[in-house]
Amino acid sequence: MTGFRLPSGGQIDRSQPLSFQFDGTAMTGYSGDTLASALLANGVRTVGRSFKYHRRRGIVGAGVEDAGALVTVGTAGRSVPNLKPATVPLYEGLVATPVNVWPSLEMDVRALHQWIAPLLPAGFYNKTFTWPSWHLFEGAIRRAAGFGTAPSAPDPDRYAKAHLSVDVAIVGAGPAGLTAALALATSGVSVVVIDANPRPGGSLALTDPAWAREASATLSRAGVRVLTNSTAFGLYDHGLLGVVEQCAPPGAELSAGRVRERLWLIRAARCLLAPGLIERPLVFANNDRPGVMLAQAVRRYLTVYGVAPAQRWVIATVGDEGHRCAVDLLAAGLDVAAIVDHRAAVTSPAVAAATAAGIPIEWQARLTATLGRRGVEGARIALASGSTRTVACTGVAVHGGWSPTVHLYSQAGGRLAWDDARAAFVPSTPVARVETAFGWSVGEACAAGAAAAARVAQAFQRSTVAVALPTAPPADAPLQPLWEASGAEASAFVDLLSDVTARDIRLAAQENYVSVEHLKRYTTTGMAPDQGKTSNLPALALMAAATDRTIPEVGTTRFRPPFEPISLGVLAHSRRGALLAPSLTLPLAREHLGLGAEMEEYGRWQRPALYPRRGERREETLVREVLAVRNGVGVFDASPLGKIELTGPDAARLLDFISVQTLSTLPVGRVRYHVMLTETGTVLDDGVCARLGPEHFLLSPSSAMASTVATLLDELLQCDFPAWRCLATAVTQGWAVLTLTGPNALALLSALGTDLPLSTLPHMSIATGRVAGLPARVARVSFTGEASYEIAVPSTAAQTLWHAIWAAGTVFDLQPIGLESVLVLRLEKGYLIHGVDTDGETTPDDLGYGGGIARKASDFIGRRSLLRPEQRRSGRRQLVGLTPEDGVTVLPAGGHVLLDDGTPPSDGWVTSSAYSPTLARPVAIGLVADGRARMGARCQIADGDRRIPARIAALCAWDPEGRRLHG
Amino acid sequence: MRSGRYSAWRLLREGLSGHRGWGPAWRSPEPQRHYDVVIVGGGGHGLATAYYLARTHGVRRIAVLERGWIGGGNSGRNTTIIRSNYFWPESAALYDFALRQYEQLSRELNFNLMVSQRGLLMLAHTPHDVELGRRTFNAMRLNGIDAEWLDADRILSEVPSLQPSRFPILGGVMQRRAGIARHDAVVWGFARAADSFGVDILQGTEVTGFRTDATGRAVAVLTNRGEIGAGAIGLAVAGSSTQLADLAGFRLPVTSYALQAFVSEPLKPFLDTVLLSPATGCYVSQSDKGELVFGGALDLFPSFAQRGTPPILEQVVAGLLEMFPTLARVRLLRQWAGCVDVVHDSSPILGPTPVPGIAINCGWGTGGFKAIPAGGYLLAHQLATGQPHPMAVPFGLERFSTGRLIDEAAAAGIAH
Ligand SMILES: Cc1cc2nc3c(=O)[nH]c(=O)nc-3n(C[C@H](O)[C@H](O)[C@H](O)COP(=O)(O)OP(=O)(O)OC[C@H]3O[C@@H](n4cnc5c(N)ncnc54)[C@H](O)[C@@H]3O)c2cc1C
Repeated sequence: MTGFRLPSGGQIDRSQPLSFQFDGTAMTGYSGDTLASALLANGVRTVGRSFKYHRRRGIVGAGVEDAGALVTVGTAGRSVPNLKPATVPLYEGLVATPVNVWPSLEMDVRALHQWIAPLLPAGFYNKTFTWPSWHLFEGAIRRAAGFGTAPSAPDPDRYAKAHLSVDVAIVGAGPAGLTAALALATSGVSVVVIDANPRPGGSLALTDPAWAREASATLSRAGVRVLTNSTAFGLYDHGLLGVVEQCAPPGAELSAGRVRERLWLIRAARCLLAPGLIERPLVFANNDRPGVMLAQAVRRYLTVYGVAPAQRWVIATVGDEGHRCAVDLLAAGLDVAAIVDHRAAVTSPAVAAATAAGIPIEWQARLTATLGRRGVEGARIALASGSTRTVACTGVAVHGGWSPTVHLYSQAGGRLAWDDARAAFVPSTPVARVETAFGWSVGEACAAGAAAAARVAQAFQRSTVAVALPTAPPADAPLQPLWEASGAEASAFVDLLSDVTARDIRLAAQENYVSVEHLKRYTTTGMAPDQGKTSNLPALALMAAATDRTIPEVGTTRFRPPFEPISLGVLAHSRRGALLAPSLTLPLAREHLGLGAEMEEYGRWQRPALYPRRGERREETLVREVLAVRNGVGVFDASPLGKIELTGPDAARLLDFISVQTLSTLPVGRVRYHVMLTETGTVLDDGVCARLGPEHFLLSPSSAMASTVATLLDELLQCDFPAWRCLATAVTQGWAVLTLTGPNALALLSALGTDLPLSTLPHMSIATGRVAGLPARVARVSFTGEASYEIAVPSTAAQTLWHAIWAAGTVFDLQPIGLESVLVLRLEKGYLIHGVDTDGETTPDDLGYGGGIARKASDFIGRRSLLRPEQRRSGRRQLVGLTPEDGVTVLPAGGHVLLDDGTPPSDGWVTSSAYSPTLARPVAIGLVADGRARMGARCQIADGDRRIPARIAALCAWDPEGRRLHG
Repeated sequence: MRSGRYSAWRLLREGLSGHRGWGPAWRSPEPQRHYDVVIVGGGGHGLATAYYLARTHGVRRIAVLERGWIGGGNSGRNTTIIRSNYFWPESAALYDFALRQYEQLSRELNFNLMVSQRGLLMLAHTPHDVELGRRTFNAMRLNGIDAEWLDADRILSEVPSLQPSRFPILGGVMQRRAGIARHDAVVWGFARAADSFGVDILQGTEVTGFRTDATGRAVAVLTNRGEIGAGAIGLAVAGSSTQLADLAGFRLPVTSYALQAFVSEPLKPFLDTVLLSPATGCYVSQSDKGELVFGGALDLFPSFAQRGTPPILEQVVAGLLEMFPTLARVRLLRQWAGCVDVVHDSSPILGPTPVPGIAINCGWGTGGFKAIPAGGYLLAHQLATGQPHPMAVPFGLERFSTGRLIDEAAAAGIAH
């Protein structure tokens, strides 16, 4: 326990104490703290255990770069696993627990892994665990792996999504981003600024927080939107920026209806990337011991949060930042034992300040190891003289240089160049619609921001305004990179979260996993939840050294979204439960329910499956409804059937092109069954087509395929035949369709009152007129095998028609018919359902519609394919009927047909099957090899271990002559 | 093997002596002027082809040419599912051959491919799904592939974290022998074993053209590192197949699309099987490291780009949360994509091409990781003997003119 709250200072609100819990212990912090600063203030050093070796880990950074330890925040359904404490704002009642520890943080059993670490180098699992099989070892490895645990209950919170279209999106509200925003604020372009922190300012928090506050006030006065607590996670094609806004801190209890996180998809004409720099750590022995922290993070804890992470410090640095850190520590009343600077002595204002403060500086020295049990208790230093010194300390601040945050730029396709002086990869090639603004100091950052803003303004033919800049600390002396201070020892870590050591990198080099991508995959470096924000460059540098290459020769891996992990909930936003795939409601849904309908989903439609009467079993309902149609009259709701109107002089030509049949010869007022094909000659859909006028057709694709067919027509008209004069309009939902079916259908329709010439309306015809006083189209087509009249009225008139039908229907003992019954009726008749009785290989001939194809005059989609040998060979599966030998067993749909001796391979399968109330026996249809030539042949139906003897039968089991259709 | 044999004992010995004894897993040699066989594409299929050419056919002078780093294509980007639950007997034979190889390949290659036969469950959400599922289940059994039909209760007891709300679960087909394997290990395992037979693995070597002799036979490949002569040439370049065919002067019925995939942060064990939901178009497994690895359908438009997009991300994640609502607060770690070679019957193309001297292995589309041992074995057979292996015959390029397609899309909800 060494960290503590400084008596004064910081940008926290000391008048607002907050209580929280960590690992079961109650603690307090202040409003404005992060979980990390509050933990440090409470003296917590060990925050978690590492992934592989379960070593103690503490807070390392002060933001997204923190790779120290992950925690779970919140409980049960509100818990969020794997969070970096430095990114969690503190709130009253916060509950945090360490991840990946058992039984406790202090006494973690798997800490034993440290002792067998020599046996667990990178890729060890590739080299063993193969006998007898990996699966035997897998369980134990799986249990050891993983960080946090998924929440145990469903998430009670809400997520939202918003779109924003702006001229300029500025990512990062540090000195560069704020300067750019101010420069553009009044230029007349619309600007949004995005920053992950609760307050804009970035590193200005350390140098000139007042300027940052003033800047945000100016921006809000100018109407510039600043999205705080918002992380830009991806820069996608055509400048689409993905942002997640944290509307509430993780784990917090939200009042009902409040949004936890919001997904922003921002279309910006220009993206101005100013996300700042990430500080790099140093690689030395036991550099992961709690108490080792990034130098700027230490400064932030002191300055922003008023927290001292430790009392007595050693600073290891390759640049001036270490000296600034030392001065800040001293100013806060803490002790600095030494600054260990890798450089030969330099002069710069920062160094001068440290020297003036009397801090001992060791030049050309390296910190090679930390010592201690539960955390840092000392540091070993290799001095310029060659001798070694051990210094007692409780904190080590490290600074290994800076890397620009190039993730979004790289995602967008930007290439990186190596800046030798800064020892960093920097943006190089221009990327369309993207501007970058980076600087190595506040001053440079502001200048870069202003310059980027000017380029953006120019693109809009506007001009920027001059910005009064914040106080800028003097420039740094050059740094001298140090990639490895001492790597010989096993515990010099490169990637803390993945537990990858310098040795692992060298092993990868030794085994020729030298490409960066192989390095990453072999050692797992950079693959943990921080995605290697601090570890990537040191890893590359060590690989370069091990393979005698330069760092740019090794290169970087491609950055992938998201920049920071984002919750799955916000990505799904409102697409949950019913809204995932909203179902379609019939205009008469309420009326159906009123009749006791059992609704089920077919395609996306909620439709009446059956209308059971009280006490009736499902089979009884089916029998009653089917027989009602066969013997009297029934009504069913056919509204979901697809309806596409085609008009224009080329409508007939288009229909001929998409159909196997010739539809242009269809007389006005008539309806024809037809089949559409894919380019490969298989059935795309089947349905009927009606001709309403010389240049006016109504196409009825199956309800499942309605939108596919409409899209196909659009594509043909827009891409292939733009000159054809034809309009195709999908009107499915515009009409409600009620089908009267059964021997008494005609009588009922007459009773409804209509001006249609019913007596002369033959099977397969259509007429337009009035029914029950409503404008209607009546088509005489049948899916049940009985005379049927489909009455289509505008959906707004559905209720009126419904009530009229019922008013007239009582005399006829009219019954409502559910879709399940319709499916049995059609099966008795051998009518197929596309996608059920056909599949991706079925041709029209397989269905018995091969007849006119060769003679059809015009070309049509799929024709070429139908002429290929495979489509013309014998032995293809054809749609036929199937009956069980015993006359009672309902054949299982999905069962396979085995011909002759009943052995594999399969000769086909049962596609639809049911008990037929009309015939009082089972009926089934299926696709069977050479089925039509095998009428009456015996076969076996194989379903699991069952074998059911059956025979091939005619497709149509009821009224094969079709007398009832025409009656 | 230059790297020496791998074993637990060796690991122990090396562990005690600082791991200094491990040699390179494969060499990085300079290209020679001529090889008996040149394989273009250092993905799983190309490397497996080299391995089987050397091991089974005794061909000695072999090179694998890879423009980037081995495994940098789809073999290193996939979601690692292996299975043989195919519908048509031809496919079942092919993919089960591959699965049987996977079952013993870790030992054969002396490299742990982390083959985890944890079972793959394809869910059925509607009565129609159930009928189709039964059709597949029965087809698998008749094809000699292990298959179990699980009813809803059984599924919910095996995968208790499943809590669907929009799409109920009515049953599903389970293949217990299916599962996952580690993609990089498959690439590296084949590379290391091929290298041990003397195969030259030439990374950073891009094929930019072909040279043909007077008879029209391809006799050399042109590369950024010079011309390399070849007795026979095998193409195994997945999403780049049409581009290579273009260079060679023939056309392929292949369209390239981006296929995206996603991983979450590592979690403690949450899901022990591989799950596929046709209704949501999402499939998921949990890696041994603890990440949930998931994906869904292809991008809607053809492209050679290898990058993710928000619309598919949103759609696939929504599908995942439909199955597992407790994951809403778990976070996405990474999103990426590969460029897959899609053929309209969703089956591979294996065999000779219209250009003499060039044979091809492509068209695996969204599901060729599981087939790597078979694809390599069969292309090796073609290159070594000049004849397709009987198992490969149905998958020849001529099926697009005869019409003898093997349409698996018709049978499986999502093909991975
Ligand atoms: C996101 C995603 C998920 C997937 N999930 C699964 C799954 O779960 N299960 C499954 O079985 N399959 C899956 N697949 C498919 C599977 O990954 C591929 O089918 C398989 O990896 C193809 O292997 P390959 O060796 O043919 O191709 P690749 O691995 O793509 O290798 C081709 C190589 O050729 C190289 N190349 C290209 N052009 C040239 C040239 N001119 N010169 C030299 N080299 C060249 C490329 O760089 C590349 O390395 C998935 C694919 C993706 C993209």
